[in-house]
Amino acid sequence: MPDQTNTDAEAAPAGRCPIIELSGAHKHFGDYHALRGIDLSVGAGEFFSLLGPSGCGKTTLLRTIAGFEALGAGRLVIGGRDMAGVPPNRRPTNMVFQSYAIFPHLDVGQNVGFGLRRSEGSRAQKAVRIGEALEMVGLAGYERRGAQALSGGQRQRVALARALILRPDVLLLDEPLSALDKKLREQMQAELRRLQRQVGITFVLVTHDQEEALIMSDRVAVMFEGRIAQLAGPQELYRHPASRRVAEFIGMMNFLPVIATGDTLEIAGLGRVPRAGLRSAAPDGQGPPEAGIRPEMFSILYPGEQTGRRTAQGTVRETAFYGDMTYYEVILDGTERPVTISMKNMPGRMILSPGTQARIAWDAESVTLFSAAW
Amino acid sequence: MAQADPGSVRRGRALIAAPALYALLLLAGPLGTIVLFSFWSQDFLALDRSPTLGNYAEALREPLYRELMLRSLAIAMAVTVTTVLLAFPVAYFVSFKVAPARKALWLFLITIPFWTSYLVRVFLWKVILGFNGVVNASLLGAGIIDAPLTFILYNPVSVVITLTHAFAPFAILPIYVALERIDHSLIEASRDLGESRASTFRRVTLPLALPGVMAAALIVFIPVIGDYVTPRLVGGPSGLMIANMIQTQFLKLNNAPLGAALAVLAMLIVTAIALVAGLALRRFSGPRG
Amino acid sequence: MSGLRLYALVYLAFLYAPIALLPIFAFNDGTVIAFPLDGFTLRWFRELPQTPALVASVRTSLWIAGSTALLSTVLGLCAARAGTMARFGGRDAMMGLIMLPLVLPEIIVAVALLVVLLALGLPLTGWTVIAGHTLICLPFSTAILGSAFRALDPALEEAGIDLGLGRAAVFLRVTLPLLMPGIIASLLITFTISLDEFIIAFFLTGTEPTLPVYLWGQLRFPQKIPVVMALGTILLVISVVLITLAEIARRRAAARATGIDSGA
Repeated sequence: MPDQTNTDAEAAPAGRCPIIELSGAHKHFGDYHALRGIDLSVGAGEFFSLLGPSGCGKTTLLRTIAGFEALGAGRLVIGGRDMAGVPPNRRPTNMVFQSYAIFPHLDVGQNVGFGLRRSEGSRAQKAVRIGEALEMVGLAGYERRGAQALSGGQRQRVALARALILRPDVLLLDEPLSALDKKLREQMQAELRRLQRQVGITFVLVTHDQEEALIMSDRVAVMFEGRIAQLAGPQELYRHPASRRVAEFIGMMNFLPVIATGDTLEIAGLGRVPRAGLRSAAPDGQGPPEAGIRPEMFSILYPGEQTGRRTAQGTVRETAFYGDMTYYEVILDGTERPVTISMKNMPGRMILSPGTQARIAWDAESVTLFSAAW
Repeated sequence: MAQADPGSVRRGRALIAAPALYALLLLAGPLGTIVLFSFWSQDFLALDRSPTLGNYAEALREPLYRELMLRSLAIAMAVTVTTVLLAFPVAYFVSFKVAPARKALWLFLITIPFWTSYLVRVFLWKVILGFNGVVNASLLGAGIIDAPLTFILYNPVSVVITLTHAFAPFAILPIYVALERIDHSLIEASRDLGESRASTFRRVTLPLALPGVMAAALIVFIPVIGDYVTPRLVGGPSGLMIANMIQTQFLKLNNAPLGAALAVLAMLIVTAIALVAGLALRRFSGPRG
Repeated sequence: MSGLRLYALVYLAFLYAPIALLPIFAFNDGTVIAFPLDGFTLRWFRELPQTPALVASVRTSLWIAGSTALLSTVLGLCAARAGTMARFGGRDAMMGLIMLPLVLPEIIVAVALLVVLLALGLPLTGWTVIAGHTLICLPFSTAILGSAFRALDPALEEAGIDLGLGRAAVFLRVTLPLLMPGIIASLLITFTISLDEFIIAFFLTGTEPTLPVYLWGQLRFPQKIPVVMALGTILLVISVVLITLAEIARRRAAARATGIDSGA
């Protein structure tokens, strides 16, 4: 895949001076090429996420920023200082480890105060700082608790307090929520966001959960195979995926075959649309030309409902009731592969049963073209 | 994770330097010297440094040495087989039949007897098997026999009994560990697929426990073939083993080169058996076909 | 009772059979170690402290075992760390050499060391025994500490560095405390092995015999054997008490590790 990142988004967003600047970063593990030319800039106070499937290099990238891995080639600047040869303990970064790495032989207070230097104030002053840090993460009064007796969520809070008490320029978080159950994870997502705004420290989060990245981040770098495939804000990322792969990784997307004749495109099951005005993702050199459209961009019309939108016909094959939403698998007339359509459940709206004929509304504006050749 | 990181490689080398140097100087060096010695010869008090195969020829030709070597091998094999066979059901019992909370207690009970001096334990077997020993006293007292049994002490059988006892935990623990690692759903799957208890044991449990059984066999075999104390205390003249002869050559007959040749031969036997065991394990415990 | 359970109990009886004789003959008022018994006495225990050679051999064994435990645990720490770190050229060969005594009959280690010491003209002392014992204890300490290092979450040491500590400080404040159970286990095991080891001590000891070497000499004199039985009884009681205490400590630690709440 050629380097086709969005150059506008590579720079730190307007109004923020860059705190991390990484250019031309490469990293090999033996024969394995883990990072293949990463350029990025993270702004001060930004909540930045590295998103990608396992093995895409996102954790390696985080560990190079922390200093646990040396860069093979390239330059890393944090806070205006070149980090070449600077060991992890001298970097203005602190990390929340995936396993949280809470020292089992120390109590909560000792864990949180672990990084405070002997020179940094008296015992009493340190105790005050530890108390404040614990209060910030909602664990006030936990100083004497044994590390072994903490729940997963509490361990994570201790890990956060332990890193934030040192007031780093950058807080690095390595899949910090992956060990928590769904409810707790959602709660911690909101809390991390609140905490980040409160302390104003740059957060760099590694995650494989696209939903998490979209919910929490100011900007997200989507990574595949050691490269950044797209770097953008959550909305841009969802609405305008730069490639088929990004589109498949972020949210759900239907792909329909396309035949081009002159200025007109024939989208299988949907019909003809003029070529002009359709948005195209960058060519990715693989697969036939296809039209991508997200499930919520379709609507199933009531019988007899009028609409100014384009319409198509299909047959419901399968329904999945999600409570607030219903997901339909619909075979569009003239096609074989079903498309997924999501509809919000509303009063008075019946859930169609399989076999029902349905009229479907859609818009040309919500189509993105993916192609090998264009 | 962090392979090829020059800093960690440098630290690794620095760390291993001390123990490796120690092993080189005190193990590799002396072993090399023994091999060297085995090609020299002893001429009364002087050491003849011209290379010769005479020691090996003598060790292999002389019936006494040959017999000791073969007897050591036979005794070690017998001890290994009996120890492992006797230990397996116990390891199986503790792993599969004992409630998890009580497993530690069982292992504890099994290891306690071995926290007493090895010498004293071997000597106690002499007491048990002796002319006026426990066995004879009990059998005489019960009127089962009229005169003390003499065939139970000072022969290879008494050596095997004593060593089987001495190395019991060394066999039980590796087998137990191997059995503990077996995912019990595999056994349930086999039963679910229609195998009986016996065939499940034969087709699932035993193959999965085989690495532990092999480890147990080697852990018992190696020290037993070189054991010195037991044959001296309970073996009598017919139960002596190669270690006793090595000691005699070095400390009594002052023929270090011949002793060295015997030691090298013993080492070769151990190595050969360990290699065969390793190959057999790879052959039989891996996926077949 | 199932057959397997019955077998296990019979096997336990077999394991305990010789040990059960220890106290019987230690309190038996007769010099001959055989049945029938002659009545109860405490005189073998009273004779123990009045046997200077025995007291001296106990003292020798204790300092040899102590030094061996310390030396092999320190060397084992280095080897185990190197063995669990990044692979480098020659590492596996070196680790193999360090672990080699596990697959060598002890008599071979003993004669090999003896030959070299004699060839170099070095005197046989307690230190030569320590050298030999450290060699055979090193694989055990390396294995025990290796599994301790492997059980250590590498993120804990990284967290120490990340929070601003240098390597040495991380080792002292994070690694060492977390390895402590492994270190204690290594010290105990190597101490026990050295204390009980006979053949290497027999070959390499100088004028000060270790306890097993002294006992070996006594076993030839029937009249000394009841005293040996008394000593064996005391050693058995001490080791049973010690391992029971160690087991209780281990269970307490395990209970604390999995406990719901250690209290605020």
